[in-house]
Amino acid sequence: MSYLLTATCAVPAAGAVLTAALPGGTTEARRRTAKLTAMAVSTAALVLAVLVAVRYEPGGDRYQLTESYSWIRSFGISFSLGVDGIGAVLVLLTAVLVPIVLLASWHDAEPIQNPDGTFENLRRTQGFFALVLAVEAMVIVSFLATDVFVFYVFFEAMLIPMYFLIGGFGDRAGGPDASAQRSYAAVKFLLYNLLGGLVMLAAVIGLYVIAAGQGLATFDLPTLTNAIADGRLVIDPTAEKALFLGFFFAFAVKAPLWPLHTWLPNAMGEATAGTAVLITAVVDKVGTFAMLRFCLGLFPEASTTFGPVILVLALIGIVYGALLAVGQKDIKRLVAYASISHFGFIIMGIFAFTTQAQSGATLYMVNHGISTAAWMLVAGFLISRRGSRLISDFGGVQKVAPVLAGTFLIGGLATLSLPGLAPFVSEFLVLVGTFSKYPVIGIIATLGIVLAALYALLLYQRTMTGPVKEGVAGMADLKVRELAVVAPLVALTILLGVYPKPLTDLVNPTVDATQSQVQQTDPAPAHPVAATTGGEHK
Amino acid sequence: MSGWLAAAGGNSPSIPAPHIEYGQLSPMLIVFGAALLGVLAEAFLPRRARYGAQLTIALLGLAASFGAVVVLAAQGHATTEAGLLAMGAVAIDGPALFLQGLIVLSAAVAVLTYAERRLEPRLNGNAVDAFAPQGAAVPGSEQEREATRAGFASTEVFPLTLFAVGGMLLFPAANDLLTMFVALEVFSLPLYLLCALARRRRLLSQEAAVKYFLLGAFASAFFLFGTALLYGYAGTVSLGGIADVVSGVAQVTPALAGSTQNDALLLIGLAMISVGLLFKVGAVPFHSWTPDVYQGAPTPVTGFMAAATKTAAFGAFLRLFYVAFPGLRWDWRPVMWGVAILTMVVGAVLAVTQQDVKRLLAYSSIAHAGFILTGVIASNKQGIGAVLFYLAAYSFVTLGAFAVVTLVRDSKGEATHLSSWAGLGRRSPLLAAVFALFLLAFAGIPLTSGFTGKFAVFQAAAAGGATPLVIVGVLSSAVAAFFYIRVIVLMFFSDPRPGGPAVAVPSVLTRTAIAIGVLVTLVLGLAPQYFLDLATSASVFTR
Repeated sequence: MSYLLTATCAVPAAGAVLTAALPGGTTEARRRTAKLTAMAVSTAALVLAVLVAVRYEPGGDRYQLTESYSWIRSFGISFSLGVDGIGAVLVLLTAVLVPIVLLASWHDAEPIQNPDGTFENLRRTQGFFALVLAVEAMVIVSFLATDVFVFYVFFEAMLIPMYFLIGGFGDRAGGPDASAQRSYAAVKFLLYNLLGGLVMLAAVIGLYVIAAGQGLATFDLPTLTNAIADGRLVIDPTAEKALFLGFFFAFAVKAPLWPLHTWLPNAMGEATAGTAVLITAVVDKVGTFAMLRFCLGLFPEASTTFGPVILVLALIGIVYGALLAVGQKDIKRLVAYASISHFGFIIMGIFAFTTQAQSGATLYMVNHGISTAAWMLVAGFLISRRGSRLISDFGGVQKVAPVLAGTFLIGGLATLSLPGLAPFVSEFLVLVGTFSKYPVIGIIATLGIVLAALYALLLYQRTMTGPVKEGVAGMADLKVRELAVVAPLVALTILLGVYPKPLTDLVNPTVDATQSQVQQTDPAPAHPVAATTGGEHK
Repeated sequence: MSGWLAAAGGNSPSIPAPHIEYGQLSPMLIVFGAALLGVLAEAFLPRRARYGAQLTIALLGLAASFGAVVVLAAQGHATTEAGLLAMGAVAIDGPALFLQGLIVLSAAVAVLTYAERRLEPRLNGNAVDAFAPQGAAVPGSEQEREATRAGFASTEVFPLTLFAVGGMLLFPAANDLLTMFVALEVFSLPLYLLCALARRRRLLSQEAAVKYFLLGAFASAFFLFGTALLYGYAGTVSLGGIADVVSGVAQVTPALAGSTQNDALLLIGLAMISVGLLFKVGAVPFHSWTPDVYQGAPTPVTGFMAAATKTAAFGAFLRLFYVAFPGLRWDWRPVMWGVAILTMVVGAVLAVTQQDVKRLLAYSSIAHAGFILTGVIASNKQGIGAVLFYLAAYSFVTLGAFAVVTLVRDSKGEATHLSSWAGLGRRSPLLAAVFALFLLAFAGIPLTSGFTGKFAVFQAAAAGGATPLVIVGVLSSAVAAFFYIRVIVLMFFSDPRPGGPAVAVPSVLTRTAIAIGVLVTLVLGLAPQYFLDLATSASVFTR
């Protein structure tokens, strides 16, 4: 048994504790110690994540590098970890994004100085960096857990550090009631997700009771899925539907799927840009990932039954999110609505049940994470310079800060899936895959691309072009630290757009395995392939 | 009548001398002995020596009692050697020993908070605690001022608490209805007194005591009346005997043969006893005393009541329904379903509107009573284990939470109004973080003891076929989470009010109490296996 997966989770967890325990204070040195510690820890986690991805063999077992430690024997719970292709790329995504987010948030969590010169909340910096690492650890456990209970626990526990990140730290662009807005957003985030989680808890207990009734008192995912596949575990269809809905509800809130999305714009709008990236690019991915791993793996029949309904909801999300993004006045809320539209694509890809669409959806999770991170973080730099989130407060930025404007454009173009940039590949796969089975839905979904061009380019036009507005004049261009944040993201966006093969190689075997779990096959091509392969006849 | 007189006259030697197993009753006897010692100390020691002596007696007594519980459990009295003591009046078995150990430990933690003397400002050079200087003095009177000036202290709270603890130890172990009733009274009467002894806001405290006493007396009367009816039905008050009559195994005396067929006696008797017990656990619709009493009582006493009374009462509840009335499961389960659903929903919904942290915790305790009831209703072995575990988890979170409440103070004493807790997280991050941990445990967030407990009872309930209860439980948990989180928001994300409360620096006593609360909350959340095993192995009733 190797300890690689445990180490990948434990390093950021230990780092969080360490960072939180560092002494607080107002001196620059104290704060820098905390920041550097967190950076070092997240870099170590990145190294471990790369190791995981390298050691994962795409052609091998479904779950690899498995580890298992008994935790609560009374309920058949063990702390089991295992990595599959999808998990590997998402762990990699998380580990890549966290150091970048930390670097981008370098000055976002300084102690608050009162008007009388005294400082409040002297451990604010330590707190922020520790919370981000805690989220990283919990997200990684969620991606690796092969025990339903362990997954549930970390899926839920993640809410607490996220809640404090959203509620405790905001950008300096808020109005006079910024603090009230922020706690509103934090509470909304927590209540939505907690409700989802509690409904899932009922389903988790239900699953356990049913399995225990048939002699399988365990939460071990491979055991359960195998038992379902070979008929040792029979779940009554009504119960299966109820359990599926219980799990799916939690994931749909987290992902978020229309109409359960309304917490996302508040949360992303009020939080710092770094936290917003953490929400949309990392934490929300747990939702879509869990749909693939748990909903499809445990409840194949119900997934097929509810597939079309979910497709329609996803489709509404695509169009609705994009339409609302066009109408936003606030840059960060615009990015949030764009994300809702993109999550629609991801969920559509999952429930279209074709190999192309599903592997597109998996790639989409990664690509959306990278491109949105680039877009959002540059937007964050922009907002912190002007002290405002309103689009109308900007104009002509490209004349004073060309590099900033350029990277912002690349983020926007990636979001609208420009060919050559990473999201294009995945969006194309999702659309083609969906179209081959559900042509009408596929066609309507392309509206999302058209609208994406509208909101992304309009945003660029309104903020970056035109005459230089008051308040924008004299705006500094990207500094070295900010360039270091943006450069890897832009590089990855281009690299994965041109050469996505490493990713698809990792992901595809797992996607095939998931497909066969739900016993779905790709529809036969309209023009029989036999005609071309027939040439082999002599 | 003449027969009775003849027996008393000594003509009939047939009344056997009761055989008492002192060793196996030692947990209770030690606590009662310590309480009596406390009374003597109160009577004969000089005033200035009493505080130290009482604290020592109480802690040593509780420690010795816990030691006795451990020894008895190690001797196998919880499992293979389980049996009846004192001629069938008291049972010694897994649930009894588990709950006795739990009650003794919670009482020890509560006694630590009783003894805290750093929080109140010193009066005339005397360190004072949370209790009135002289219980008998009329609030605001000259007599009270004199008592204060003289530096009096109500050190009798320690023996009173020990008497209550003794009754609580007997309550879940009582194996007949009369012993159960005596235990109920023994632990209730000192609690009524303790509730009236708050140093600050004495009128509120006395009002709480009167309400608690009156309603408690009603509940006791219901319990006693139910006992009488059940005796009329079964001809015995022993729990095992009633079960035998209910199931038709045992024949009753011919004199009662006529009424034994009368199910009305049985069902009404059962209902009345249940009213008495549901009152003590604070279940809806018998909950209305809870917020007033929790708010008015001195906070250390509230913590003790909330943890230990609930534990003892649920213990008796389990024994009654699992030993005496398993055969009537189909009669009492539907009613208890209704009570559990009402308790969860009413507790959670009413808590949302509370503005006082002690009332908030009171309503939260009502909601928790509902969650525990779902485990009771499971009517399977898992259910018993789950309830035992839940009680352990809940007790220490509650004790810790009320201990934190004693620390947030302004010039008028404890600042319990929620608005004054705003911004606490900025001023005292550590204290706010600890309280947040307790709130998260109440809310049942994973990796805290509250989650493990909730999972255990819900899982038992689902296995017992009570899926709708689990769904109601989950939904009311979501409502409950809202108000716990509201307090967290207030503490961390609201700006502190100028002139708001300050956090008092406690002595090592309260620190220890809070630290134990934190430790248990985390251990039962992160590594609960040992304690789940303990609760499971302790989940067989003897009869």
